Amino acid sequence: MATIRLQDVSKVYPNGHTAVRQLTLDVENGELLVLVGPSGCGKSTVLRLIAGLETPSSGSILIGGRDVTREPPQRRDVAMVFQSYALYPHKTVRENLAFALRVQRVDPVDIDARVKKTAAALGIDTLLDRKPGQLSGGQRQRTALGRAIIREPQAFLLDEPLSNLDPVLRLGTRTELALLHRRLNATTIYVTHDQEEAMTLGTRVAVMRQGIVEQLAAPLEVFRRPANVFVASFVGAPAMNLWPATVERTPDSIRIVSPVCTVDVNSPDITRVKGGPVTFGIRPHEIDLVSEDEADGNGRAEIVEPIGPVTVVHLHVDGLSDQLVRAVVSVDTPVHVNERVHFRLRRDRVHLFDADTGAALGP
Amino acid sequence: MRAVRWTWAAAVFAAAIVLPLCWAVLASVTPEDRLFTITSFVPRGLVLEHYRALFSGRDFWTPIRNSLIVAGATTILSVALGAVSAYALARLAFRGKTPALAFVLAVSMFPQISIVSPLFLLLRELHLLNTYGGLVLPYLTFSMPLAIWLLVGFFRQLPVDLEDAAMVDGASRIRTLWEIVLPLSRPALATTAILTFLYSWNEFLFALSFTLGPERYTVPVAIALFRGQYQVPWGEILAGAVVATTPVAVIVFVAQRRIIAGLTSGAVKG
Amino acid sequence: MKESREERLGWALAFPALGIVALIAVFPMLWTLWESLHLDDLRMPWLGRPFVGWGNYVEVTSDARFWNALGRTTLFAVVTVALELGAGLVLALLLDRIVRARGIVRTIVILPWAIPTVVAALVWRFIFESPGGLATAALAEVGVAAPTWFADELAAWVPLVLADVWKTTPFVALLLLAGLQNIDRSLYEAADVDGAGPWQQFINITLPLLKPAVLVAALFRALDAFRVFDVVFVMTGGGPGTATETVAMYTFSTLLQHLRFGYGSALSVIAFVLAFALALFGLRVFGAGALRSRDA
Repeated sequence: MATIRLQDVSKVYPNGHTAVRQLTLDVENGELLVLVGPSGCGKSTVLRLIAGLETPSSGSILIGGRDVTREPPQRRDVAMVFQSYALYPHKTVRENLAFALRVQRVDPVDIDARVKKTAAALGIDTLLDRKPGQLSGGQRQRTALGRAIIREPQAFLLDEPLSNLDPVLRLGTRTELALLHRRLNATTIYVTHDQEEAMTLGTRVAVMRQGIVEQLAAPLEVFRRPANVFVASFVGAPAMNLWPATVERTPDSIRIVSPVCTVDVNSPDITRVKGGPVTFGIRPHEIDLVSEDEADGNGRAEIVEPIGPVTVVHLHVDGLSDQLVRAVVSVDTPVHVNERVHFRLRRDRVHLFDADTGAALGP
Repeated sequence: MRAVRWTWAAAVFAAAIVLPLCWAVLASVTPEDRLFTITSFVPRGLVLEHYRALFSGRDFWTPIRNSLIVAGATTILSVALGAVSAYALARLAFRGKTPALAFVLAVSMFPQISIVSPLFLLLRELHLLNTYGGLVLPYLTFSMPLAIWLLVGFFRQLPVDLEDAAMVDGASRIRTLWEIVLPLSRPALATTAILTFLYSWNEFLFALSFTLGPERYTVPVAIALFRGQYQVPWGEILAGAVVATTPVAVIVFVAQRRIIAGLTSGAVKG
Repeated sequence: MKESREERLGWALAFPALGIVALIAVFPMLWTLWESLHLDDLRMPWLGRPFVGWGNYVEVTSDARFWNALGRTTLFAVVTVALELGAGLVLALLLDRIVRARGIVRTIVILPWAIPTVVAALVWRFIFESPGGLATAALAEVGVAAPTWFADELAAWVPLVLADVWKTTPFVALLLLAGLQNIDRSLYEAADVDGAGPWQQFINITLPLLKPAVLVAALFRALDAFRVFDVVFVMTGGGPGTATETVAMYTFSTLLQHLRFGYGSALSVIAFVLAFALALFGLRVFGAGALRSRDA
């Protein structure tokens, strides 16, 4: 296992499209780093750059301390699991697993032993003589994983490995992947567009947009202290509520004034926050429905979606006409469509962002 | 109901298409003196004298052997070299790739007549006139572009992932081509081989111009140049035609699906 | 840089095939071009091989035999392509509809295309031989006196055109069939619901959507018809006289029978330029995209 470092890497395509912009990224030994972001953000490109399937327009890539920027994929000693699995359709599972070892001229007896061991670990040892066309989706996925694991490479690159599985299988496999990572302690870079996957699997998460990393931190950090508006609204579901507000400062507190409500906050980090226009953010889970005299603001329940243990309420709040505010409440809370409701925001979970740049201001 | 009518129409059309060939087969087993007085499709008095004359008198085995060797060699060379070239053109990025492809297309549009005389002189210089090599080489002017076009089209629509996976697994480009791409290309390679063989078997102008004597004539040339002592030996000519057509018919029947796939893949110009 | 390694590999792999093609196609073509600028008559070797610049080409402009050949070839191309498109379309529609015995019908249909042109030419020549050929006999059955086909300047074209159409209609039909099968069935279903009859559907859905395939087929067939040689050489030898002589035939006889290499080369170059112009015209009209999108 090894560290991976991207230093000032850019990738510009001949047609002018910039997929990756001066990216610097350090992946620690044994961590599972998730690259997450909407389509087109460049996450798959980063993966392919590390694999050597694309060459950077500028910058360098180091694997295990060795500069591999000029090396072809054959010499980088990384293993990749493709979104489509890319299993060799004309070869059996056994031959698929053995392929890379054969190329490296490993002794056939060793190959055989390792194939058996890896197949057993993944539960595909009964399928060794089948061809990919005869396997189910989950079995194919495990074969693709096996092909990577058997190589004992310096790092694993996983490109949306779960997106082709049906939802039930996806959750189960996600857990298996987490366990696998823990057992192998393998340096892994994992690409996905699913923020839930990112949050549950990653040691650290890199949220990407249009070729740059907006924030690189542990999942909880990204969730609790998003670096900007984009990260704040991308991570967490339902998405964070955002609306414009103004900050009025007093020496030891700040007052956030918006048409929706007025909220006083005095947490320890507020010193950095200056007065003026801001974007105010609060996550749906941090809004409670209360009685009228406790309320910060009021509105009408436009849509009520009970989903299992919680209910998502879409509120048409007074003072905000261009969007609905989402609140997540316990399923036992009585709410009905068109009912007038009153809500209160949790003071310690308030987010403030610069009105122009979107950068987080604290607290 | 409509389906039945279409089937009948198709049957009529098919019969019309195959009529000349049936006529030829019929004539090839009719005695010489009655060739032009055949009155019905039902053969009367079948004879094999034309076929016998063909193989003993005219030594028709020689042109058959020549055609097999030339068409076979052309096919093998075109498919082998063409596949490698096509893979490079389809997958690898290098300067001059697009002009190269355009060049290949342009060459296949050369009127053969335009390059007959310089080829004649070139082959004469190389002492390749009236030899197998002297036919295979010119044949590559149409068979290589054909192979390249067919295979470039095919390789382009193979999913790139498989080759990417092989390279990440440590396989060189060439090994990837050999172990991954080619095995998956068997249908396209077969189609290319079949079409190349057919075109080479049927070729006439080059064979006519670059062979000098009966010992190197190919089948089409041999038949075209049949001369009789007093008159045109139609019986033997048609027998020769039947013999020339039979292997083609067999290939077509066995591989018609492949042939159609190849023809409609856009690389062939008739 | 990885890219230059890939470049070198790309060229290395592509070169053998491309190199061979360049050697045996481009080099002769350039030689022909060079030769066409010289006077080179092998029947009169004492004249040497002087450079005459455009002299040969000037001679072509006043060469009646060439212009007649060009006219005939163009007419032949127009007639055969029209017939092949018509018959091909009917055949394609049939092939699209039939379900049973598809394999046999397809085999029969491809057969004419697959056999040597020489064979096709000879078989049709046999059918049209006078006095006892099938054609003459069949016409006699219905009371029509047939001409002596191959001795008649106009009548000689009939077996030629028939042989060419018979041989290449299958190819056209297959191209059109591919185009037909690309038409979304739900268009016809929508038309059914709207109450359109089969003829209306043909005019309004099939024909317009088939246009690209028709144009491609027409272009390729036109190119081939323009270059026609085999069938004419074997069937009529250009005769009677020069009544069926095409451009390729004339060039051939100039080169390899009259041994006028210089002049024949000029004819070759003109033939090439005309074919190329036709191809470029076609590409411009349909766009190179049409060709590329037909790749497998």
